[in-house]
Amino acid sequence: MAYRFDFASLLDYAPVLVHGVATTVGLTLVGAVLGVGIGIGGAAARSSANAPLRVAVGAYVELIRNTPFLVQLFFIFFGLPSLGVRLPEWQAALLAMVINLGAYATEIIRAGIDATPKGQVEAGASLGMSGPQIFRYIILGPAMGKIWPALTSQIIIVMLGSSVCSQIAVEELSFAANFIQSRNFRPFEVYFVATALYLALAVGLRWLLARLGDRLFARAARA
Amino acid sequence: MSLADGSVPPSPRPLVKLTNIRKSFGPVEVLKGVDMAVQEGQVVAMIGRSGSGKSTLLRSINGLERIDDGVIEVDGECVDPSQIDLRALRLKVGMVFQQFNLFPHLSAGENVMLALKVVKKQDKASCRAAAEQALAKVGLGHKFDAYPSHLSGGQQQRVAIARSLAMAPKVLLCDEITSALDPELVSEVLSVVRKLAEEGMTLLLVTHEMRFAREVCDSLVFMHGGRIIEQGPPAELFDHPKTAELAQFVGMVEAR
Repeated sequence: MAYRFDFASLLDYAPVLVHGVATTVGLTLVGAVLGVGIGIGGAAARSSANAPLRVAVGAYVELIRNTPFLVQLFFIFFGLPSLGVRLPEWQAALLAMVINLGAYATEIIRAGIDATPKGQVEAGASLGMSGPQIFRYIILGPAMGKIWPALTSQIIIVMLGSSVCSQIAVEELSFAANFIQSRNFRPFEVYFVATALYLALAVGLRWLLARLGDRLFARAARA
Repeated sequence: MSLADGSVPPSPRPLVKLTNIRKSFGPVEVLKGVDMAVQEGQVVAMIGRSGSGKSTLLRSINGLERIDDGVIEVDGECVDPSQIDLRALRLKVGMVFQQFNLFPHLSAGENVMLALKVVKKQDKASCRAAAEQALAKVGLGHKFDAYPSHLSGGQQQRVAIARSLAMAPKVLLCDEITSALDPELVSEVLSVVRKLAEEGMTLLLVTHEMRFAREVCDSLVFMHGGRIIEQGPPAELFDHPKTAELAQFVGMVEAR
């Protein structure tokens, strides 16, 4: 094989890669917090007695889960300006990620809620607790503990999916890789490194979320 | 409150009064017009075959089952069956379940403290004191920090009783609270109930423990086919059943 690898040619672009990694991590962390928040709210709404609310959240979940992320992103970034809503690239990317994760998280968390034994809800009710109190103190913790591994996987999928945001010029890791290889003409080396970085990020994030889950839901795991 | 012969003196206002309670699950009518009254301090057991409607009747008293027709009065207040918010009622009516229904992610003490904290809004210190007292009452003062999964069935059920008692209800509903227990664990739960009865707690039990019902209860209610068809002092019902249904039921349970 005549090709001579030249990873050293990437060194000049290290700051670009660092910026890309930081953007990917930042979008993912903020997106995960907000998306899981929406998921908890959405799951609560889907379990509520309010039928119109249940239907509305169900429609949101199905809309997002049955359309491609790239189209959702383009709709927000290129479509909404027609209605006068003009978001900067990173805001559009974050919004798309939050809306996307929110829909999947709603379904995942709802599965955890559905697994709550009915008797525990009745016990809370018989003690005079209100619906929201029962949700917060009895249902949510054990439900989150049960579905945490599934939610972790979904958060990682969203992080990897954020590479698509390079298409609207968000300067995340994939954008950085595309940029560098267009300058140094070393696509193999660049994408090799980008792949390694995504892998490291995914493994690291999974580890981090597992520790977080242990801390938050160790007691829930008793359920 | 009960007299020596097991009968109950008339009281102007029963603590729990049920009038013409009706309830259907789909096409099946499980309560076909039930009338019943429980005086303060009275211990009443509801007996009957499974499917006779006794659990449904018990669960309707604190609104876990919505009745279709009839009037439920607790402590002089009418329970509107269409009412969405039954919290005020449920503060007066405690309930213990067949499957304990402890909150598995909370310790025994936290199980007892939760509703004190979020419903009664008591401060931390008084929650803790009330929980310790309630657990001590059921003989589990030393298990405050134990999680349900580390407790035996009998212990879990006693924690569930303590959790209800800590809310200081006027009446405690017990829905087959020993049916899910291994035989050797039944007596520790029943002795707690017996103690409560002796202290004057108003108790309404659905039970299959006939010896217990006979020894501890002031009054027995025999349900059959969604109706109360006999009620009175336990000895009278067991020894002189008036209906063929009760005679058959007594024969069945005594043959066991």
